[in-house]
Amino acid sequence: MTFTALTDADRDAMLAAVGVGSMEELFHDIPDAVRLGRELDLEPALTEAELMAHLSELAGRNSDAGRELLFLGAGIYDHYVPAVCDAVMQRGELLTAYTPYQPEMSQGTLQAIFEYQTAICELTGMDVSNASGYDGTTVAADACYVARAATKRAKVVVAQTVHPQVRRVVRTFAPGFGLEVVEVPHSGGTTDPDAVRAAAEDAACVIFQQPNFFGCLEPAPDIAAAATAAGALPVAHVDLLSLGVLEAPGNYGCALAIGEGQSAGNHMSYGGPHYGFMAAQGQHIRRLPGRIVGETHDLEGKRGYVLTLQTREQHIRREKATSNITTNQTLLALAGLAYLCWLGPRGLEDVGRACLSLAEEAKRTVGHPLAFDRPTFKEFALDVGRPAEDVVRAARAQGVHPGYPLGRDYPDMENVLLVAVTEKRTKADIARLAEVLKP
Amino acid sequence: MRLVYERSRPGRRGGRVPAPGVEAAEVPAELRRAAPPRLPEIAEPDLVRHFTELSTRTFGIDTGFYPLGSCTMKYNPRVNERAAGLAGFRDLHPHQDPAGAQGALELMWRLERMLAEVVGLDAVTLQPAAGSQGELTGLTLMRAYFDDRGEDRTEIVIPDTAHGTNPASVAMAGYTLVGVKTDPRGNMDVDDLRGKVGPQTAGLMLTNPSTLGLFEERITEIADIFHDAGALLYYDGANLNAVCGISRPGDMGFDVVHFNLHKTFSQPHGGGGPGGGPVAVRAMLEPFLPVPRITRGDDGFGYDWDEPKTIGKVRGFAGPFGVFVRSYAFMRMWGPELRHMSEVAVLNANYVLARLKEAYDLPVDRLCMHEFVVSARTLKREHGVTALDVAKRLMDHGFHPPTIYFPLIVSEALMIEPTETEAVETLDAFCEAMLAIAKEAAEDPQQLKDAPHTRPVRRLDEAEAAKRLTVRYLFEDHPTSE
Repeated sequence: MTFTALTDADRDAMLAAVGVGSMEELFHDIPDAVRLGRELDLEPALTEAELMAHLSELAGRNSDAGRELLFLGAGIYDHYVPAVCDAVMQRGELLTAYTPYQPEMSQGTLQAIFEYQTAICELTGMDVSNASGYDGTTVAADACYVARAATKRAKVVVAQTVHPQVRRVVRTFAPGFGLEVVEVPHSGGTTDPDAVRAAAEDAACVIFQQPNFFGCLEPAPDIAAAATAAGALPVAHVDLLSLGVLEAPGNYGCALAIGEGQSAGNHMSYGGPHYGFMAAQGQHIRRLPGRIVGETHDLEGKRGYVLTLQTREQHIRREKATSNITTNQTLLALAGLAYLCWLGPRGLEDVGRACLSLAEEAKRTVGHPLAFDRPTFKEFALDVGRPAEDVVRAARAQGVHPGYPLGRDYPDMENVLLVAVTEKRTKADIARLAEVLKP
Repeated sequence: MRLVYERSRPGRRGGRVPAPGVEAAEVPAELRRAAPPRLPEIAEPDLVRHFTELSTRTFGIDTGFYPLGSCTMKYNPRVNERAAGLAGFRDLHPHQDPAGAQGALELMWRLERMLAEVVGLDAVTLQPAAGSQGELTGLTLMRAYFDDRGEDRTEIVIPDTAHGTNPASVAMAGYTLVGVKTDPRGNMDVDDLRGKVGPQTAGLMLTNPSTLGLFEERITEIADIFHDAGALLYYDGANLNAVCGISRPGDMGFDVVHFNLHKTFSQPHGGGGPGGGPVAVRAMLEPFLPVPRITRGDDGFGYDWDEPKTIGKVRGFAGPFGVFVRSYAFMRMWGPELRHMSEVAVLNANYVLARLKEAYDLPVDRLCMHEFVVSARTLKREHGVTALDVAKRLMDHGFHPPTIYFPLIVSEALMIEPTETEAVETLDAFCEAMLAIAKEAAEDPQQLKDAPHTRPVRRLDEAEAAKRLTVRYLFEDHPTSE
């Protein structure tokens, strides 16, 4: 049978060793009333060849980035994922190990996580990073939990320019955490620091996004200062890929830096799996959720790595834990590490500059006004003068996916299209976009 | 081994970025990065060697036997990776219009139905990112359900054998925890339970089989106690690998179930993730499931974002799709034979248990399900050898240790889960190593205390790590490598 090695002879010998006469007898403790007593109603088993034929057919019905010219972003981006990322993720040992509870068996995973933590700290300007969270939405909920513990306050402030799905996840879990959620409306595409200052009284944290969901660059240092002045922790939701050109949140006073790691080294994969990241100033280390790897030595004095501060975690601390997280996104985070090492500091700056410059080229050439008069990074909001959903439909018929209709999340933005330009796009691609967007 | 940062030399480069070929732009000066991040500067060949060396210092299922209890470390079929790597899946944008994602939506729709059949419930959300998030999602669903009925219930009952995630999730969901003892047969103590269930009870969280690897023999009686009090039953699917096709949580009386796709359905564990934590519910809880729901209509598959009673979202998009592809592939290759998968998992566990009984203490002498717990307490009492020492010495025999010191109610616990994918000769080799270690504990206990002897590092000092708290590379201490 598939993926087992059991022969009839093995089975008989093993049953005899156990001291039972049949497989059925092994399940003696299960009351008859709760036994299924029939075969599972599932389609017949497939061989590997049949399976691949079936899956190839399913995959073939999807318009992936290879079949459409993609200017679609809104949180997940079509950046180039180098072959080294796949190579790392397909190393069988890294792929098929689990959480490194036994450090002597898992020095590779542990060291890689330590290196990942270092990279995240460097990019964000923070002192400590965890080993990853689930994605860019759940780390925001985690940040609220950290902030509540740090400040004992019962409210969180979230800028309306934060990704709608991030805000929605925060709203789902905040009541259980004992937190009320207040949103600060945008003002011309960005967040007004004075509005933050007013909203953040009695707030545990202020979550804002840089660049924000509209692609605009927020006055991030001023927002962080406003939050701090109100005694709330400033939490920056950032794009790792922007941090070769944009200042690190730790360098303008943020307490926590979080975000979605997909843009740095993960395939889009229809939404996951990816990695969420969370980094913090050193004073919050004992409140962080999830795994943290620390350096130590073995009994011969050789350097090594272990999971540390495990007394924060659920398997030790149970209901007093800083989080319930167990399985995180290590493999995706390691792909992120490989990506960042592959680029190096200059490559990261290059890719940021390429996105920025191409996006500016697109803004100049698409022939529609910007929805917001604000500087941007790799994404911008266009006022296309008619329902953006219609524009998308028409463009897709010509093989171009021009972006994300903001009206899906902001009812007053029916005519606004969010356009993302990654380093994979070319001047010619942008010309093609302009063509299909012609009024 | 050197850190990647210690391999860095100024001026080296790995990959290059295409020149954009347009006018160069700048971000506003006040937002511009002042100093570059100290990422390593390394050429690609050395980068690949670095990761290869890291992998050789990691033990995975591909390396050998990994009986880490409650983690279901089964073989991860290679075809899963090929499937998830198909361009139509891997390069698909999650905001792609449903019309351009029909294959992906159909896969998710089918997976939902397959999972519902396996657990005997009505509706499934694939969205939660991992088992723990499934727990938090399930508890949040229960709260929404009771809120909708105008009932204020504040307590969740959990047995003392529960995984640590259960109480942590209960706290995060804003519920109060009520603990229940375990009886001498390893079941939940029903007498202790009765006094703890009432109108304040929102529900029970239970793993069945339990973390002792034992099936709750009085499960229907337990379900009645909760349902009679108007409360719900939550099934922690960590141990689902024991009962696929044999007994279904829905038929046992559970109303909410989370799956661990990385355990039962072979998503590779990745050194700590990704996972997948779909949640299945009985029909009365369906209106509260996270959005978007996956729909099937006359014009194909789509999303429904407009469920008035939904709890909202628990993760981005529809969940970790690449995990769904792998688990879907695995389930399609088993089909109705999933029952055989669980049977072999249970046979393998009982076989190892039968062979180890003579040398280790058994907290409860019953047939086990897919895993079991033995104790090293006699070895500790007689020879001063602990479960930790046994675990470390197993490494020298080429095996990953079992889960140790869990569940908390068994002293010197070793929790062993062989899974269905191990051949009998592997199980025999493991048993012989365990027996040899028990013998060695009497003859040469120091060998065990000094173990491991053959790994890239000797026993590591965890206390030092917690005291020093060096959690990133300290460039300032290594000026030459910058």
